[in-house]
Amino acid sequence: MLGKLDWSAIPFDQPIPLIAGAVVLVGILAVLAWVVVKGHLPYLWHEWITSVDHKRIGVMYILLASVMLLRGGSDAIMMRIQQAVAYQSQGYLPPEHYNQIFSAHGTIMIFFVAMPFVIGLMNLIVPLQLGVRDVAFPTLNSVGFWLTATGALLVNLSLVIGEFARTGWLAFPPLSELSYSPGVGVDYYAWSLQISGVGTLVAGINLVTTVLKLRTKGMNYLRMPMFCWTTLASNLLIVAAFPILTATLAMLLLDRYLGFHFFTNEAGGNVMMFMNLIWAWGHPEVYILVLPAFGIFSEVVSTFSGKALFGYRSMVLATMAICVISFMVWLHHFFTMGAGPDVNAIFGIASMIIAIPTGVKIYNWLFTMYGGRIRFATPMLWSIGFMVTFIIGGLTGVLVAVPPADFMLHNSMFLVAHFHNVIIGGVLFGAFAGFEYWFPKAFGFRLDERWGKLAFWFTFFGFYVTFIPLYVAGMLGMTRRMQHYDVAAWRPWMLVAAVGMAVLTIGVICQIMQIVVSIRNREALRDRTGDPWDGRSLEWATSSPPPVFNFAFNPDVRGEDAYWDMKAHAKQQSHEHDAPEYHDIEMPRNSPTGFVCAFFATIMGFALIWHIWWMVVLGGIGAFATFVVFAWRDHDEYVIPAEEVAAIDRVNLAERRDLVSMAGTV
Amino acid sequence: MNLLDPQGPVAAANSTILVDSVFIMLAIVVPTIIAILGFAFWFRASNPKAHFQPDFVYSGRVEMVVWAIPALTVILLGGVAWIGSHQLDPAAPVPGTGSPVRIQAVSLDWKWLFIYPDQRIATVNTLTVPAGAELNFQLTSSSVMNTFFIPQLGSMIYTMNGMVTKLNLRADNEGKLQGLSAHFSGDGFPDMMFDVNVISPLAFPDWVATTAKSNAVLNEESYKKLMQQGIEKGRPAYRLDDPRLFDLIATQHIPPGPGPELASEAGRSHSGGHDAR
Repeated sequence: MLGKLDWSAIPFDQPIPLIAGAVVLVGILAVLAWVVVKGHLPYLWHEWITSVDHKRIGVMYILLASVMLLRGGSDAIMMRIQQAVAYQSQGYLPPEHYNQIFSAHGTIMIFFVAMPFVIGLMNLIVPLQLGVRDVAFPTLNSVGFWLTATGALLVNLSLVIGEFARTGWLAFPPLSELSYSPGVGVDYYAWSLQISGVGTLVAGINLVTTVLKLRTKGMNYLRMPMFCWTTLASNLLIVAAFPILTATLAMLLLDRYLGFHFFTNEAGGNVMMFMNLIWAWGHPEVYILVLPAFGIFSEVVSTFSGKALFGYRSMVLATMAICVISFMVWLHHFFTMGAGPDVNAIFGIASMIIAIPTGVKIYNWLFTMYGGRIRFATPMLWSIGFMVTFIIGGLTGVLVAVPPADFMLHNSMFLVAHFHNVIIGGVLFGAFAGFEYWFPKAFGFRLDERWGKLAFWFTFFGFYVTFIPLYVAGMLGMTRRMQHYDVAAWRPWMLVAAVGMAVLTIGVICQIMQIVVSIRNREALRDRTGDPWDGRSLEWATSSPPPVFNFAFNPDVRGEDAYWDMKAHAKQQSHEHDAPEYHDIEMPRNSPTGFVCAFFATIMGFALIWHIWWMVVLGGIGAFATFVVFAWRDHDEYVIPAEEVAAIDRVNLAERRDLVSMAGTV
Repeated sequence: MNLLDPQGPVAAANSTILVDSVFIMLAIVVPTIIAILGFAFWFRASNPKAHFQPDFVYSGRVEMVVWAIPALTVILLGGVAWIGSHQLDPAAPVPGTGSPVRIQAVSLDWKWLFIYPDQRIATVNTLTVPAGAELNFQLTSSSVMNTFFIPQLGSMIYTMNGMVTKLNLRADNEGKLQGLSAHFSGDGFPDMMFDVNVISPLAFPDWVATTAKSNAVLNEESYKKLMQQGIEKGRPAYRLDDPRLFDLIATQHIPPGPGPELASEAGRSHSGGHDAR
C-alpha cells in the first residue's frame, strides 16, 4: 500500500534532523494558523498563490531562495563545525549523516538558492526594464515557480522521512547506483531535481521569449539594459543545458528503477559518460548563475556612478561570448580522468578564454566608475566587494584550468574555496546587490542602510576568513568531503574557517535585522517617487511598487538608458504634460494552475521516491488533468477600465512631477 | 602533504607551473584590484577634486587595452598549459635510476590495495617504493570511483571499475609520505588515507623479501573478502598468488565489489562503514 514507506523511515535515532524538522514544522504550522485565524487566507490565495503577475512570482522566487539559503547555510555551519572538531576523532556527525549534509548543502545552494534568487530577480525586473506589462507566458511562469517549490519541498522532506543522497551534489555513479546507494536518498535527489528542472526550463523558455518578442516601442536590442542582455544569455543557456540534466538524471533513474545499465559497473554501463553529461550541463550552469549577477552589477555600478555603462557594446559582446564559450569547456571538470594531453590542453585553454570576456567586464565596470560621482549605497558596496573578490576567484579558476596545476588541486579544498569564491563573491553578492537595489521597486520602501552596510562588511570579511583557510588547506593536500581526518597541519585552518563561518552567520543575522528594521520603519523609508536611486532604466519610470499593469502607456524608447533620457527630456521641456488619454488595459487572469499542478507533482514525486505506484498514477493524472483544464479555458484575460488606469497613474504622475524637477540636474 | 614541498619530479614540475601561473596572473590582478579601490575612492561623490565626466562612456583605446590585457595573459598561460599538459602527461614515463617498479593499485571500499606483480607481493594501505626509481602505476577500482593521489609526488588520477588508468611518478627522497583518495566514495572515504614509505633502493629488495614471507596469501578468494565494504586500520601484507590478479579485476572477471548489505530498514541503508566503526 505504501511502497517502501514505513515507520522506520523516520530517523528516531538521529536527534538533529528530527529536532530541526520539528522546529520547522511547528514554524510552518504557526504561520499557517496565523494566516487562517487572521483571515489572510483569501488574500494569500488570490493575490499571491494564484497570481500570474511577474512581480509577485519574482518576489515568491526570492522568498523561496531566502528560506532555502537559511537551510543551506545551516548545513554549512554544521559542516564547518564538524571539520573543526573531527581531528583524530569522529566529530559529532557520523559519516552517514555528514555525507547527507554536504550533498544537501550543494544541491540546495545551487538549485534552490542561487537559481530561484536570480530567476526571481529576472522575473521581477526584466519586463519592467523592457517596458512591457508581463512576461510572454504568465501562467507558465507560475507553473515554473511552483514546480521549483515542489523540488525544494521534497528535499526538505528527506530530512525527516527517509534520507537524502549521500553521494555529493552531483550524485556520481556508480556510487549513486542502486547497488551502492540502496536507500531513497538518491531518489529524493533525482526526483526533486527532475521536477524543479522542468520548472527552471519553462522559466527559461518564458524569459527568452519575453526578451526576444516583448519589448516596448523603440527598445531594440542595442538599447536593452545590460541586465536584459545577461538575462537573455543566461536563459538561452538554461534552454540549451537543462534538458541535458533532465536526460542524464532520467538515465540514472532508469538504472535505479528499471534495471537499465547506462552508468552501472556491469553490463557495459559507462560511468565516464555520466561525468561527461552532467558537466555538459554543469559548466553552463555556472554561467547561468553568474551572468545575471554580471547584469545586476552593470546596472548598479552605472546607477551609483551617475554614468552610463562604459563600453556597452563591448559588454554585450562579452556577455554573448561567455554564453557561447561556456558550452565548450566542460571537460576541465575531469582532467584527472586520464584523457590525453591534447584533449586536456585544448579544454584548459578554452576555459582560460572565458576569462577574457570576463576580464573585459571587470575593466568596463572599472571605467564606468572612472569619472563618475560614486555614491556608496549598499548595492554599490556589494558591487565593489564583488569586483575585488571575483578577481581572486577568477585567478584561482584560471589556475585550475591549467591541467598540470589541476592534477594537484582537483577535488581539493582549494577547489572548494575557488568555487565558493566565485559563487559567493559573484552570484550571492550579485543577488544581494540586486535585492538591495530593487527592493524599493518591489515593496515601495527602501531598506535600512545601516544594517545593510553591516551585513555587507560582516559577509565580506566573513567570506575571506572562511575561505582563505580552505585555499591553504587545499595547498596542504586536503581533499573535499572529509568527515574526519588525522593530519595535524590541516587542523588550524579548519578552526579559522569555523570562526569565519561565525562571522558569515553574523552577516546573515544583520541581513535579517535589516529587513525587520526596514519593515518597522517603512513609513520613513517610503519611496514615493518610484525612483529612489536616480535610476537610468525603465523600471524606475513607474511607481514603487508598480501597478499590476506596470505602465499606463507603453514607454517610447529613444536610446540607451531610456529613463535617464526621459528625465533629461522632461526637464528641458519644463516638465509640462498634456493630460494623457488613457485606454483600457487587458491583463492575464490569475490562475491556480501552477499551484495545483505542483501539488500533484509533489504527490507524484513523493510516491515515486517511495515506490507507491497507485499514488504515482494519481499524481500523474492530476497534474495532466490540471494542464488539460487550463488548456480548455475560455477567458484568460480581464480588462482594467481606462478610468481605473487613469486614477492609478495620476497619483504616480503627481508624485513624479516633483522628482522630475530635480532629476537630470547632474 | 604540502603541495609546495614536492618530493619528486612530477610534483616539482606541477607546483612550479602552479606557482608560475599564480605570479603571471598576479601581475594583472593586483594592479586591477588597486585600480578598483583607487577609482572607487577618488571618484566618491563627496570628493570635490574629482573631475566628473558623465560622457566618458566609450574610448576605443581603452577598449583595445582592456581586451588586450586578458587576451595576452591567456596567450601566455595557454602556452604554459599546452606545454605543461604534454610534459606532465600522467601516462608518460618518468625516467629514474635502476629498473622501473610496476605497481597495480586497486581502490576498494574503503582501502587501497597495492599489487607488485613482478615481486609477487601485495600490501593494503601502505605503498613502499624505492627512491629514485621509475614508478609505473596501473590503476583500477573494485567498485566505485576513487582518485589516487600522493600530494607530494604529484598528479592524481581516477580509478574506475572495468578500466585501467595509468600514472607515472618518481619519489626522490627517502622518507614517509601520505596519500589519499581525492574522490568521494562513500562512508569510509576519509579512512582511505595510506602511508607511502620511500626507502633506499638498496633496502627495497630486502623489504620485498620480508613481505614475500607473509603468511597471508592474496588470491581471488582472499581478494573477494578484502573488497567487502569496511575500513582497514591495520597494514596487512600479502604474498601474491597469481600475478594476473589485477587483470582479472580490471576486466571484471572478478565481479565488482558488492555495496552495503541490504537495508534492514526502509529507505535508510546501513553500510559496512558504520558497522566497522
